[in-house]
Amino acid sequence: MKFERPHALTDAQFHYCPGCSHGIVHRLVAEAIDELGVEGRTAGVASVGCSVFAYNYFNCDMIQSPHGRAQAVATGIKRVHPENIVFTYQGDGDLAAIGTAETVHAATRGENITVIFINNAIYGMTGGQMAPTTLPGQITQTTPYGRSVKDAGHPIRVCEMLSTLDGVALAQRVSVDSVKNVKQAKNAIRKAFEYQIEGRGYTIVEVLSTCPTNWGLSIQDSLEWLRNNMMPYYPLGVYKDTGGKEAVK
Amino acid sequence: MSMNLLLAGFGGQGILFTGKVVAYAGMLDGKEISWLPSYGPEMRGGTANCSVCVSDSSIGSPLVTEPDVLIAMNLPSLEKFENAVVPNGLIIVDSSIVDEKVKRKDVRSIYLPATRLASDNGLKGMANMVMAGRLYKETKFCSESAFNEGIKKSIPARKQDLMEKNITAVKIGMENSD
Amino acid sequence: MPEKVLMKGNEALAEAAIMAGCRYFFGYPITPQTEVAMHMSKRMPKVGGVYLQAESEVAAINMVLGASAAGARAMTSSSSPGISLKSEGLSYIAGSDVPAVIANVQRAGPGLGGIQPSQADYFQATRAAGHGDFKMLVLAPSTVQEIIDLVADAFALGDEYRMPVMILSDGLLGQMMEPVVIDETKKINIPERPWAISGHENKRKHNVVNSLYIEPPDLEAILKARYEKYELIKKKEQRCEEYMTDDAEIVVVAYGASARISRSAVDAARKDGIKAGLIRLITLWPYPDDAIISRMATAKAFLCVEMSMGQMVDDVRLIVGGKRDVRFFGRTGGMIPTPAEVLREIKNIKGGF
Repeated sequence: MKFERPHALTDAQFHYCPGCSHGIVHRLVAEAIDELGVEGRTAGVASVGCSVFAYNYFNCDMIQSPHGRAQAVATGIKRVHPENIVFTYQGDGDLAAIGTAETVHAATRGENITVIFINNAIYGMTGGQMAPTTLPGQITQTTPYGRSVKDAGHPIRVCEMLSTLDGVALAQRVSVDSVKNVKQAKNAIRKAFEYQIEGRGYTIVEVLSTCPTNWGLSIQDSLEWLRNNMMPYYPLGVYKDTGGKEAVK
Repeated sequence: MSMNLLLAGFGGQGILFTGKVVAYAGMLDGKEISWLPSYGPEMRGGTANCSVCVSDSSIGSPLVTEPDVLIAMNLPSLEKFENAVVPNGLIIVDSSIVDEKVKRKDVRSIYLPATRLASDNGLKGMANMVMAGRLYKETKFCSESAFNEGIKKSIPARKQDLMEKNITAVKIGMENSD
Repeated sequence: MPEKVLMKGNEALAEAAIMAGCRYFFGYPITPQTEVAMHMSKRMPKVGGVYLQAESEVAAINMVLGASAAGARAMTSSSSPGISLKSEGLSYIAGSDVPAVIANVQRAGPGLGGIQPSQADYFQATRAAGHGDFKMLVLAPSTVQEIIDLVADAFALGDEYRMPVMILSDGLLGQMMEPVVIDETKKINIPERPWAISGHENKRKHNVVNSLYIEPPDLEAILKARYEKYELIKKKEQRCEEYMTDDAEIVVVAYGASARISRSAVDAARKDGIKAGLIRLITLWPYPDDAIISRMATAKAFLCVEMSMGQMVDDVRLIVGGKRDVRFFGRTGGMIPTPAEVLREIKNIKGGF
């Protein structure tokens, strides 16, 4: 087997830091697009955050959305081209803070889109501030004494929250910290796209991700930190899967 | 020819509908017209009023602040708008609802017990059309055929069976004097 | 000849959009604009279109961004407080060179303000609809028929220049009914959008719709190019209607609802032998500079009439440059000026000659 760049990725070189999960997840999304043969009818929505340049990296048509509004933009595209595949690629700040309303309502409408959600428990692009998914006690630039749940509230478990909504066809949390988990993540992303092609409703794959730069850790330590701290708080697994059935609309 | 009409009363008395009849009639007679309702919370249960302008020339402000004709279907409306009516203007009062008289001496006042006349004739809820009949008789703001056609146009397709009753109510308004 | 029907301004606005080929409407209820959304929800399913009630005005404008970028004619509407929420999206739409039509059925502000008609969003529409260097075409109808005509123009202009176009209406125009002619036989021409996010079908390079240019020289070049387009628009698209201005010593300048009222005042002034005229603005951006300049030949004074504390008057002052007296008369907070009030102002000015 030859290890090649997926066609759905452009030749542009990623700008991501060493050890960041974005590169792997981009590749998994591109592989899924290739395998399903849908690049020519796929639209990607880049959001605001480190992955803002995703529009340079994917070979399908791309649009860059305002911060938090990716799923509203995706809704607009999908309503015009219901036969096309529409995905958003969003970080935790974009999806679960400024874009919470757009997320919850796209999900409850059963908007037939796929959401790739990068949860790395921190704001990466602005240099490491508290995210809605920052863990209790976690030190960031804006929680210098550790996140106090008394003052800053609790982290949001997105898949658990969205799994209560009838419009959701698939809500799964995965990780890309190991070969086994990468394979599982790939399967989840592919399944999400398949569900969309079949018109089953809203699909979200949450990927627990590393941010060595802003966590202030080495790449290896980042993976350990993710396993020891994030996984217990955000357990991997399938939170909703309508299986063969269409999500209730 | 120009008529600035203000219709006012309770929500549910058909104030806006009556305005629409006048507007349609004027339009079908080839005149310029405008229709402007009051809107907002006051529509929900309180007072409703409606400005209608019918004119041979183009209409500037659709908001009637100095009516040539005031149709007052409740006391608050009469109290609120009596003084706004132009000198030598006309006020038509539903005297089965409003006990008070018009205080001004420089306007013409007509007292028509429209609500009672409507219910006496099995036309409950059509006091507005009784008032419309009287308005037409007093002002002749358009041709009679345009007026009848205006009524027809104002009634939605699914309610066309009410056409006859509306015409009857209008006739009662035309024929009864105070 | 299609027959005349009575229509509310808001309903006419919605129907005109459908006639212009708009099949995607994203909205949120707010007084006094709600009839637009109601009409769309009734009509869109019948013409194979989409009406979607968004979770907020913020979401609605971004759905318009998505739908329009995907290649379709799309619109949203709101009233003043809701338009503030759309600011972000407007800026992105302009920055991404995407056409879109946005209607503002203005009510009084600031804050929750009031629900009665107002023209206090002039600055917002013409100066600062959102952050950054950009312009929006702003069309100001003054009758229900003109709402229909200008909505058609708005979609065409949006496509031609790839930019947002605002219909600046108000509660008075939105709520009132007037006779209109709806000509459904009119052919509409919707240009192709080869740049759209429609799926490349392996036939072309991927399209990217984007407003981010991380390198300052790149962004500056893009903005300069866009402002060249704006200059072209200023030359080509200024629109206004002049009434009795040929010999006018006092030129009233107004738009929308206050222009209707001013016209009655001008008629009354003429009856009294005062040489008054009216410039009724149809485009607010581009501002009809040329008309103001040419009227300086006869005008001793300009009188701006607005339903605000005075916003559009600044543009007249800029154009006139201190060479003529520029006065302002306005009612605000939902109050509507009367022709008699405007006439009084005209007479006051005349008295000072």
